[in-house]
Amino acid sequence: MNKVVSGAEAAIHDISDGSVIMLGGFGLCGIPENCINALVKKGVKNLTCISNNAGVDDFGIGLMLQQKQVKKMISSYVGENAEFERQLLSGELEVELIPQGTLATRCLAAGYGMPAIFTPAGAGTEVGTGKEVRNFNGKDYLLEYAFDADFAIVKAWKGDTAGNLVFKETARNFNPLMAMAGKITIAEVEELVPAGALDPDYIHTPGIYVHRIFQGSNYEKRIEQRTVRKR
Amino acid sequence: MALTKEQIAERIARELRDGYYVNLGIGIPTLVANYIPEGMDVVLQSENGLLGMGPFPFEGEEDPDLINAGKQTITTVPGSVFFDSAMSFGMIRAGKVDLTVLGAMEVSENGDIANWKIPGKMVKGMGGAMDLVASAKNIIVAMMHTNPKGESKLLPQCTLPITGVRCVKKIVSDLAVLDITPQGFKLLERAPGVSVDEIRAKTAGKLIIEGDVPEIAF
Repeated sequence: MNKVVSGAEAAIHDISDGSVIMLGGFGLCGIPENCINALVKKGVKNLTCISNNAGVDDFGIGLMLQQKQVKKMISSYVGENAEFERQLLSGELEVELIPQGTLATRCLAAGYGMPAIFTPAGAGTEVGTGKEVRNFNGKDYLLEYAFDADFAIVKAWKGDTAGNLVFKETARNFNPLMAMAGKITIAEVEELVPAGALDPDYIHTPGIYVHRIFQGSNYEKRIEQRTVRKR
Repeated sequence: MALTKEQIAERIARELRDGYYVNLGIGIPTLVANYIPEGMDVVLQSENGLLGMGPFPFEGEEDPDLINAGKQTITTVPGSVFFDSAMSFGMIRAGKVDLTVLGAMEVSENGDIANWKIPGKMVKGMGGAMDLVASAKNIIVAMMHTNPKGESKLLPQCTLPITGVRCVKKIVSDLAVLDITPQGFKLLERAPGVSVDEIRAKTAGKLIIEGDVPEIAF
């Protein structure tokens, strides 16, 4: 089962105006840099983007916001991005803010074939407005639906030609969850290896969830908050 | 004298117990890690997918793939483990994390907390805060007692959109340590040199004072 495509442009060729796409990463950690650059180059518009954050002004999803390619953003935290805030306050950009655990679990539900979940996050707050509430053992839970995304774009450390993925450190974050949740899942990896080269006991995402994989290049891996201590 | 941010963190660290798994929020809560008592076994959880967070890396050893929930470069300690965001919030939701420390813009006398949104002004989002406050067994809030205008942040009811209901157990402010009880804010300790009258004047919600209130010792 060979899932390999030639590169980012081939991997995203059928993402079009109005597509709903998931993008892995937490802050700038573990984001699919190659595919974001290809989407900016392609210039597709009116995208709905599901991603924990929205990048910074000049990197990550921020690059797509600059080109006004995003119609709606579904995220948990969108600080650190002045252009985002400007578009939001001016009404150019639609934003749905949802709790981070809810975001993760709605991906998980999609990948596990479950239509919805119950979570206590946001119960009794404005996040719960209009949502079904169920009380279990004396505590209120909100019904939240599984995501329904056309594409999921993730970044892995290593991947094989069969689409199996391994993530590195905290660059794992939302990547394996979104990989399970897309109708079509695209994985860019730092190191592409032949099927059989990865230890099956140490694979995080089984290739059945991955439709296209390619070896990425020129990773910048920008650090958002460089914090160090003295020797 | 009101407590410094470091002193607030130092006082909160006294609530840690051996064997605790702890999630520290951004800001003052992060500083609590600097005051974990020598020899105490406490494991720090970072909700972006790490148990066993260590200190900042030495200069030149920063790893862009290894950050905390505040997006700061960090290290790991022996026995650490990485996982995805669903499992991270799974362990939070399932009550496996013993203590959560976070900041707040307002806390009400029944334990509601507001710390994610100022309508028309701040639109950054709640991140993991709503998940944490909805499920944590024990939540301590670290904050200033009043806002920059001098208005109390300990209120009868929150005026800002709330993050969670009836969840805060304890507050350590720059002026006092207070428990949230069914009757209201119960004053436990006061900052050195800060009078009960000053705390009463700066607490808008119901304040319960029983007997002598000791000063926090440093």
